[in-house]
Amino acid sequence: MPQGEYRGMNLSILDIDHENVAYFGHCAEHDFHLQACTDCGLLRYPPGTACPWCQNREFEWTPVEGKGAVHSYGEVHQAIQTQFREHAPYMILIVDLDTQKGEPSEHEALRVAGNLVTPDGELAPPELVKQVGIGSRMRMVFADVSDGLALPMWTLDEDAEQPEKPWRYPQEYNGV
Amino acid sequence: MTSDVDATAPKYLRDKYAIIGVGETTYTRGSNLTTRALGTWAVKNAMEDAGIPASEVDGMMSYSNNDSTPSPMIAGDLGIRLNFYMDVYGGGSSSEALIGLAIGAIEAGMCKTVVVFRSMNGYSQVRIGGTGVRAAAPIGGDAVHTAPYGWLSAGQNFSPSFMRHMYDYGTTPEQVAMVKVIHSEHASNNPKAYYKQRLTVDDVLNSRMIVKPLHLLDCCVETDNATAIIVTRAERAYDYRNTPARILAVAGRVCKPRIDMHFQHGPISTVAGYYIKDIIWPNAGVGPEDIDLTGAYDAFTFTTMLQLEDYGFCKKGEGGDYVSSGIMRLGGERPNNTSGGHLCEGYTHGMNMIIENVRQLRGEVDCYCPTDNRGRRQHTYDYSEEGGCRQVRDANISMNLGWAMPGTGSSLVMRKG
Repeated sequence: MPQGEYRGMNLSILDIDHENVAYFGHCAEHDFHLQACTDCGLLRYPPGTACPWCQNREFEWTPVEGKGAVHSYGEVHQAIQTQFREHAPYMILIVDLDTQKGEPSEHEALRVAGNLVTPDGELAPPELVKQVGIGSRMRMVFADVSDGLALPMWTLDEDAEQPEKPWRYPQEYNGV
Repeated sequence: MTSDVDATAPKYLRDKYAIIGVGETTYTRGSNLTTRALGTWAVKNAMEDAGIPASEVDGMMSYSNNDSTPSPMIAGDLGIRLNFYMDVYGGGSSSEALIGLAIGAIEAGMCKTVVVFRSMNGYSQVRIGGTGVRAAAPIGGDAVHTAPYGWLSAGQNFSPSFMRHMYDYGTTPEQVAMVKVIHSEHASNNPKAYYKQRLTVDDVLNSRMIVKPLHLLDCCVETDNATAIIVTRAERAYDYRNTPARILAVAGRVCKPRIDMHFQHGPISTVAGYYIKDIIWPNAGVGPEDIDLTGAYDAFTFTTMLQLEDYGFCKKGEGGDYVSSGIMRLGGERPNNTSGGHLCEGYTHGMNMIIENVRQLRGEVDCYCPTDNRGRRQHTYDYSEEGGCRQVRDANISMNLGWAMPGTGSSLVMRKG
């Protein structure tokens, strides 16, 4: 059973939870995959038992590029969990993957969450938090937890053209 | 863009049911009582309010997040023999939904009168803000996609939806802060409110940041309390003490697609009210312009705004203007949360907003106005100062807009009986 401790939290995936075992197993190999429906061909996230658009149960794990743009975010200044407190403010990013954006309908996208991290996977310092907002171009990196379990995270895509000024909440707090 | 809701449901239950009694315990932090004791007192208070004996209450329902006491214990303590009870899992938006299910139970002939209650030590036992025991729980399965990111509490969970509304429509922190300002004014005229002090926009914006875009004062209060509401058929409702609040329509836990992860289905700044409006307005036979007062769930300042907008009280994207215009202030065109709501009165997962509207429709809200020698309150309709009136003049039709999360909500429309 994939399990491990991450920032003081006990994470686990039951062996009978086949879709999540496979999803996080791919993440542990730093090789992002999603399920593609064998009938309608649409990718889906989060992992699930049937296709939300055609109810087909058959799927194939398919490699998906971990790139996209920030759709929205929350910026936590008062952390609840002890091990996040020293890293506040930390960002929770919702990123629209470039793959399948706007499909199957205009406002849909594969939206994968993650914290804003440095390229080597550390939670972002305040100077970096200030640079990221809605529209920022991101690439996926992984936080390793244990064998068979890693978490997708997001870092600024150094190769992409960044918006001149990504949209950020207008009020600064503690300089961020 | 139109929604795909089938609103062709028969309207034969419109106006056929009523709320005949409401009650609560003191909104406090540190009740020093079990949820069994709190629930028992709230139900007892609602029964006294209605003037209904234990022998005439035969149905009971409650909801909880495994943080309450179920119906059998409460009924036992009050000598109520039940023909029906059901205790379900649920939080915000369950209040309206259970009133609808109570109507269904009575309509099915299972019982005659149902008391719905919610009992919780939301501050001293299971904290609603997500700290304490909730933050320490192990994280398994689907939750591994969110919780390890330090993304646990309601405020953290909803913050991207709120943020996106500001991005999509130019909504400002100052506009949204007015929800707290107005609800604090209302609370200052409510002897029961936990927070009674009137606040300013600057007070909200200068309070500490919890999770952008939510300052401390954008978030509701955590309190210990129980609340109860008694539902029966309209033709029985006039046998009891008070003017009944008659139910025109109810919608329960209506959802956007993909509520397993609500932000998968955009626009993420659109909430369940977008779908509810197509059920609640035709079934109630009224529209936004007919509503005299609203109870738009204020877990956060933003939740009030997003719901009023998607139900059609203003155009999509103009919620910031609506909530900062004074429309929802006492004395305004359509006051909202006249008790102070979750931001100021106390946190009950929506029950107190229904209780308030029932009292408003009776014309007997418990403010600071003097009473006559028969105990009836002589309302001044002067809302200008703290410790004044909060009765809405000519309150005939009310609406509650219940919130569970951006993807799920419930609604209740009532009229003066």
